[in-house]
Parts: sequence; structure tokens; C-alpha cells
Amino acid sequence: MKLPSGILVLTVLSFATSCARKPASISALQPTAYGNAIVESSGDKQVAQIGATLHDPVVVQVNDDKGNAVTGALVEFSAASGVVFDPVSALTDSSGQVTTNVSLGGMSGRYELTASTFDKSHKPIEVKINETALGYQQTLGRQLNEKYCERCHNPESTVERVSNYDNLAVKPHPFNEGGTLNKFTDADLTAIISYGGPALNKSALMPAWGNTLSKAEIQGLIAYIRAVSDPPLHGSEATFKSN
Amino acid sequence: MKGKLKAFWSLLFGDSVRAFGVVSLVFLASLAIAPSKNYFSEWRHYQRGYLKMVRNRADAVTLQRHFQGGIQQIWLPEIGVVDRCESCHVGLKESSLANVSLQPYRNHPVIPHKLGEFGCTICHRGQGAATTVSEAHNSTLAWEQPVLPAKYVESSCGTCHRGPVPGTPRLNEGRRLLASYGCVNCHTIKLADGATMKPTDNPPSLSHIADKTSREWIYAWLKDPQAYATTATMPNFKLSDDDARDISAFLMANSTPISGDTLAISAKPSSDPTAGASLYGESFCASCHAVQNAAGNVVGGDVGPELTRVGSKVKPEWLQAWLRNPRIYNDGTPMPHYRFNDGQIATLSGFLLAKTDSDLLANVHLDPSTPQQVAHGKRLVSDYGCASCHEIAGIKKPDNFAPELSRIGSKPITQILFLAGMPHTLPDYIAGKIKQPRAFTTGLKMPQFTLTQTQIDDITTALLSLNDRANSLPPSMTVAAPSESNYQPAGQAGKLIHDMACMTCHRINGHGGDMAPDLSWEGSSVQRQWLTAFLKNPNTLRPALIRRMPKFNLTDSEVNQLSDYILAVYQSPTVDRDSMPLSGYPAGQVELGKQLFYGKYSCQACHIVDSNTDKGYIGPTLTQVGSRLTAAWIFQWLKDPQALRAGTIEPNRAMSDEDARAITAFLMSQKGGKQQEAAKK
Repeated sequence: MKLPSGILVLTVLSFATSCARKPASISALQPTAYGNAIVESSGDKQVAQIGATLHDPVVVQVNDDKGNAVTGALVEFSAASGVVFDPVSALTDSSGQVTTNVSLGGMSGRYELTASTFDKSHKPIEVKINETALGYQQTLGRQLNEKYCERCHNPESTVERVSNYDNLAVKPHPFNEGGTLNKFTDADLTAIISYGGPALNKSALMPAWGNTLSKAEIQGLIAYIRAVSDPPLHGSEATFKSN
Repeated sequence: MKGKLKAFWSLLFGDSVRAFGVVSLVFLASLAIAPSKNYFSEWRHYQRGYLKMVRNRADAVTLQRHFQGGIQQIWLPEIGVVDRCESCHVGLKESSLANVSLQPYRNHPVIPHKLGEFGCTICHRGQGAATTVSEAHNSTLAWEQPVLPAKYVESSCGTCHRGPVPGTPRLNEGRRLLASYGCVNCHTIKLADGATMKPTDNPPSLSHIADKTSREWIYAWLKDPQAYATTATMPNFKLSDDDARDISAFLMANSTPISGDTLAISAKPSSDPTAGASLYGESFCASCHAVQNAAGNVVGGDVGPELTRVGSKVKPEWLQAWLRNPRIYNDGTPMPHYRFNDGQIATLSGFLLAKTDSDLLANVHLDPSTPQQVAHGKRLVSDYGCASCHEIAGIKKPDNFAPELSRIGSKPITQILFLAGMPHTLPDYIAGKIKQPRAFTTGLKMPQFTLTQTQIDDITTALLSLNDRANSLPPSMTVAAPSESNYQPAGQAGKLIHDMACMTCHRINGHGGDMAPDLSWEGSSVQRQWLTAFLKNPNTLRPALIRRMPKFNLTDSEVNQLSDYILAVYQSPTVDRDSMPLSGYPAGQVELGKQLFYGKYSCQACHIVDSNTDKGYIGPTLTQVGSRLTAAWIFQWLKDPQALRAGTIEPNRAMSDEDARAITAFLMSQKGGKQQEAAKK
């Protein structure tokens, strides 16, 4: 008599605990709608220091088969370990969007973030978002770029910095122009930065910086140029994807 | 049952030989435990994993040849480093592994130091001697120093580097914030070199505040400073309505008037917004003051306070007196004495007074204060340490009002009370405390600052650099901060320079702001005629700059006094201004210079000489440079710009003397016709 009652108590207990744990193990958010597509709205291709919170949040949108925004779809973010999302999952708002703040991981390289949702048949659909984390060398390069290079190489003006790009008879390459800049080897870039455009039969409007910048600074600049190039130079950096 | 046991016993220990054999086997087995533990250790596992990963790479042979098995150790007895991290992080020195994302096999990113020179734990913390992942990375009972999260790693640069370091924006910004948010007004930070960190936030004196603003505004400000100005650095003390009422009562009652800091309104504030906006623009107020625009963006400098709602704050008679001469109310203010005339004061004050926010004071209704309220307010002002930042007549600045932070980066975890659910690490504690101080203890005096997550990370980084190691390093290992000079110009001209607050923007002899060019050697660089004309009516030299020299309405004698002083005192020891003539260069040399300018050196990328064809927008316009600069300065500048002005972005082209002389001749021929005629008159 004693044994069966013990088993009964155990069964009830284990059932109770498994029930109690069930809501916790599934996300607290329950989708009220499902979409057919998920797209990135803004926040892609940002550059920040390792471990830093990206300047702009990442925004993704869930659409139905007609391309209209879907409200109440569950979006979950994932990435390599070390990347922090705030929030990590949410339901799309009235404009079909979810906004999350992203802090990158502790290693320099490219981070591939995944935003995923489910369609009506519970099939996962996802979109990849790419961000770049800068280590010491690339950060040094970024600082030098802001001081010396981007006034000409960045066509966009800001309130604080008027771009000189449009004033130049021969247009310089923006540093994210991977299609062009990836064809230059590190030695090419070192030569053109050190000795100016004519070193590679390019425009003399690009002056020689070899007497102004140190070797380490020029290497930092090249590291930065490689870090922001789009598409990335194959094999130059690590890419961290969600596991 | 018993019989079985007995049989088993006699099987093992039945006779002495048998017993000897069995005991020996037991001993042998236990002896094998140690070697097998070693064999199955984590680091061997990772080393095997490394070799497996390397095997399929193109550079496998090189990597295998570099590989050394066994425990690897960096031992630096002088700085107490025993780091065995490379036992698992096998590929740290292999630059070809930069694109490996699998840890612990990645190479170490490029830094300015050799790994063997400093080891790992100097920068990353953690337990260097450990040979298991958990002991090396996490805190254990015997070792409470976990590995530092990568986002704070710049703090370790700050252990040795006492000044700003290139490539560590987070550390540099964190240190700047500690000074500019006034953290060090309450918390003493003694730096390892013996200096004490000085605040740079310049909080206003409250001794005469009743001249400047109303009690209602003080109340609203105390309740929520950011409601008045989103960029306000004043923290929120989360005061109750009664406490804010009583503090405002005390501050008004305690305030004494200054004669001349309010004026019977001499000119009625003008209501012409266009004229006001254009005078505000011409005077370059926005170089220092920000205003929130219709889109909600705060645009402008952060030297002075934000002016979005200034009309709801200041009394008109105080504002007019301030615009007339700010030194009467506050002699040390970074605001220049503009020498505005009555009409300009009317226009500008009218423009500023129209910047109001009807919501700000709408719900503030204060009855006349009682002596009890004033007394209570005085006690609150002492309790909250208001006088740590603000000068308040009758209240002494408290010493060590808040805990000293000189070694906060080594605070033992056992001394910290963590919040529930918070990771038990020092960086998390520091960041958490900055983010929400009062979450830790109710009634804590530390107020709520308005900081972004990035700013909190920056400050945490700077605080972590204040640690025991920083204080115990041999001097040979430290890199001193650039020494801060207290240079103040002397004499009558010095008084003028102070009056116009030139050094808010200009740096002279290592002291002053960085908004405008360094003037330490201005006397070697410019021609007198140009200087006097410029001081009278500053025109634009750099078209791309949004911050320019404002017009100060100087008298002729003031202009002469300043020009004489600048030309006589601010001379470079390496440039003799009279060593080269201002004109009369041979036409051939000028022509050669022109070819070099547009050809070999392509200076037109950044400079404009012929405004019809050149478009370069980065450096100063050179259309009349021959009337502005001395030839000797131009020549030396072309030879080595950084030698004359450290940090200037003009590249050093390593010009030959001949090239530099030719370009100097070409530039000196650019006299800028019209302007020169005007200057002659």
C-alpha cells in the first residue's frame, strides 16, 4: 500500500513541476499574428568598438504575403555568444516593427545577427544583419580616418564636418567601397597612403602621408578600411555567426 | 550473506602474499590518478583541438612547427606576472589566425605591445597561473579577480598611461566625463602620479542667484534639470516637493545682490526674431551654446549652457547686464565680453527671452517662504553636499563628501553589496552604481545622472583604471600625462585677453581651448596689417568651419594693444619673421611655385587660391595669403607643418628647400587685390 501511494505522490509532483516550468521555458510572449517575410528596416552595417552598444538600434519588420506590415508577430534575435540584445525577443508593433539595442561581442570582426519569426505553418523565416566590431588597431584607424581622411573620402556631410568630396576633380574612394578597395593589397594601400596617389599612378590630389603618419598608424588605417569594406575582403577577418 | 563476505575477504587478503598483491594494485591505481588527470587536462584537450584545426589549413606546416606542447608560461617577476594563458590560447602569436572565430585559437589582435613583454593578466585580469578555464577566467574562492569583459579592457591601458592614449577612445572619454560631469567634485580621485583629478564642469556660483532667476525656476530645475535642458549635466536628486521648495527658499534668502549685475532695462528687448537670429548667428553664440531645434535635435556647442528655454529662466534685467558685460556677475566665466551696443543688447535679449517653455513653470506655485523652510533648506543643502560643486555663501565646501575613488578599480568584491540578480563582478557593480545609484540603498545621497549606456561604459572603464597596480608600478613603466600649463598672458593685453575670454577657444602656451587655432606662435605667422584688420572685423578663413571668430567691437586702441602684444610675445624660436621678404619674388620662381602647387603637390585639393577654379574646402582660403602670413612662416610651415603646430592635419610633404621657396613665392604673390586696398585705407 505504501509503495503505490509513494509513486502516486512522485508522479503528481513531477507532473506539477513540469507544468509549472512549461510557461517559463517557452518565451513569455505569445504571437498574435504570423507573417510571411522578415526584412531589415534600419541598423544594418554599423561599426562600433568591441563590446560597445551600437549607436542606432536594429529595427526589423515583419510583412505578410502582400507586403503589408504584420502587428503582433514574435521576433527573436540571436547571434554569437557575447552579443547582447535588449530586448532579445518582442512582438511587432503597430507598424510591424521590432526595435532592439545591440551590444557587440568582445572580439573584433564581423558579427552576423539573425532576426527570426514564424509563418502560419510555424516554419521559421529569418533575416541576417551584419555589424562590425573594431579592435584596438581598427579603432586607432577610425580615429585617424575621422581626423585626416574622411573629409575627402566620405561624401556625406554632417553638421560638424562639411565634406570636400564634391570639390575634388578626381573622386576619392569611400572606404566602404569594398568592390574597388579589396583589389588593392595591403602593400598597395601602404604605398598610396605613404607616397600619395602618384605612387600607384593615381591622382596627385591624394597627398603623401608617410612623413606625417607612423607605420603603425598607416597599418591601423588599413585595418580600419578592411573592417568597413562592403563586401568584406575574403579571409581578412573572423565572422561570428549565431550558433 | 555473511559467508559470502568472508569468502570475498579471504580471496583478497587471505594470506600475506595475496594481501600484498592487492594493496600494491590499489596503490598503483591511485598513483595513476595524477598522471591521468594531467593527461585528460583541459589544456591538453585544447592543444589537441588546435592541432586538429591547423591540420587542414594551407599554412599547417608553419603553424605546426611553431606549436609547442605542454604548459606555456610568461614569467615577468618585476611586475608579478605568471601567465599560463598560452597553454590553451595556443595561436595568440600567429597572425595568420586573425580570421579564426573559434576560441581559444584566435590570434591576439594587433596592439602596440609585445605579448611577451607584459603578459596577459596585466590587461585582461583573471588568474594567470591557473591552468583550467574556470579558474583562469572566473573568480574562485582563492582568487576573486575574474577576466575583465572586453569592453572595459582599455582601463588596463590607463593603468600605465596617465594621459590620453591614441586608439583608446573609451578610456579617454571616461576620464573626460569624470571631470566634466563633476564626479570629482564629490569623489576625490588621487592619481598615481600624486596629482588630484580636477573638475572641468565649472558649476555656477549660487551666492547671487536671486539676481539671475526666479525661485520658481530653481524649484523646477531642482525637481528635474533635464526638463529645462536635455543636455544639463546637473543630476536629478529626486527631491520631494517640500524639499525642493525649501532648498529654493534657502537659496533665494541666502542670495546677495551684486551691484551692476542687473540693469534697469536700458533698451526694450526687441521682438524682431529675424534680427535676433541673425545677430545670434553673426556672434557665433552657437559655437558654445546649444539650442534644441524643431526636430528635437540639440544643435550647438557645449561650452556654455543650453539656451532652448532660457527665456523661462533668466530675469530680463539680468540678461541685459550679462550681455553687456558678463564679468560683472562672474569674472571667471568662459563667456567673452562682446562689447555689444544698446541696440544689439535689445535685439539679442529679445531673441533669447522669447525662448520660453510655458509648460516648465506652469504647475509651480510657491507661497512665500517661512523661516522654518529656509532653515530646513539650508540643512538639505548641507546634507546633499550642494556646496561640493556650487559656491554658496555661508556654506563651506565639504571635504571628502563622497567615498574616495583613487583605488576603486581594485575594490575587493567582499566589500561590495550587490543587488539581487546582479553578476558579482566589480565592473557590473560600478556600472550599476553609476546607472542607478539609489537602487542600491534608499536614501543614498548620490543623485541620478542622465548618461547613455555608452557613457556609463566609458566612465566604468576610466574608474577600473584606478587600481592597486596603477599605484604600485615602477616609474619606468608609466607614461606621464602631458603637463597642464596655467599660462595666463600678462599686462594690459593680458587683461584684454581675459576680458574677451580668448582662451576659451584659443590655446596659448599649453593652456586654453581647442576650438580655434593655437596662438602660441601667432606673432611669427601673421602680418600686422592683416591682424589689426582681422581683430576689427574677423572674416572667414576656413569656409568649411561652422565655428568662427566672432566680432568683439574692439576700439582702435584695444586692437593696437592686442596686435602689439601678439607680434612681440607670441614668437616661435624657429621662425624669424623678417628673414624672408613679403614681396618682390622673381616671376620665374612664382611660376614654378604655381606649377608645384597645382601639379606635384596638388594643394588645391584642400585650399583655394583662385576662387574661380579651385574648390578645396578643408584648409584656409589662400586668395590673400600674401597679405596675411609672413613668408618665413609659410616656408617653415611647408617644410614641416607639425613642427609649428602639433597635430595639424596638413601633411608633411618633406619638401626640398627649393620647392618650398618656390611655393612660398607663389603664395606671397596672392595679395587678394580688393581686400588689400581696403586694408591700406
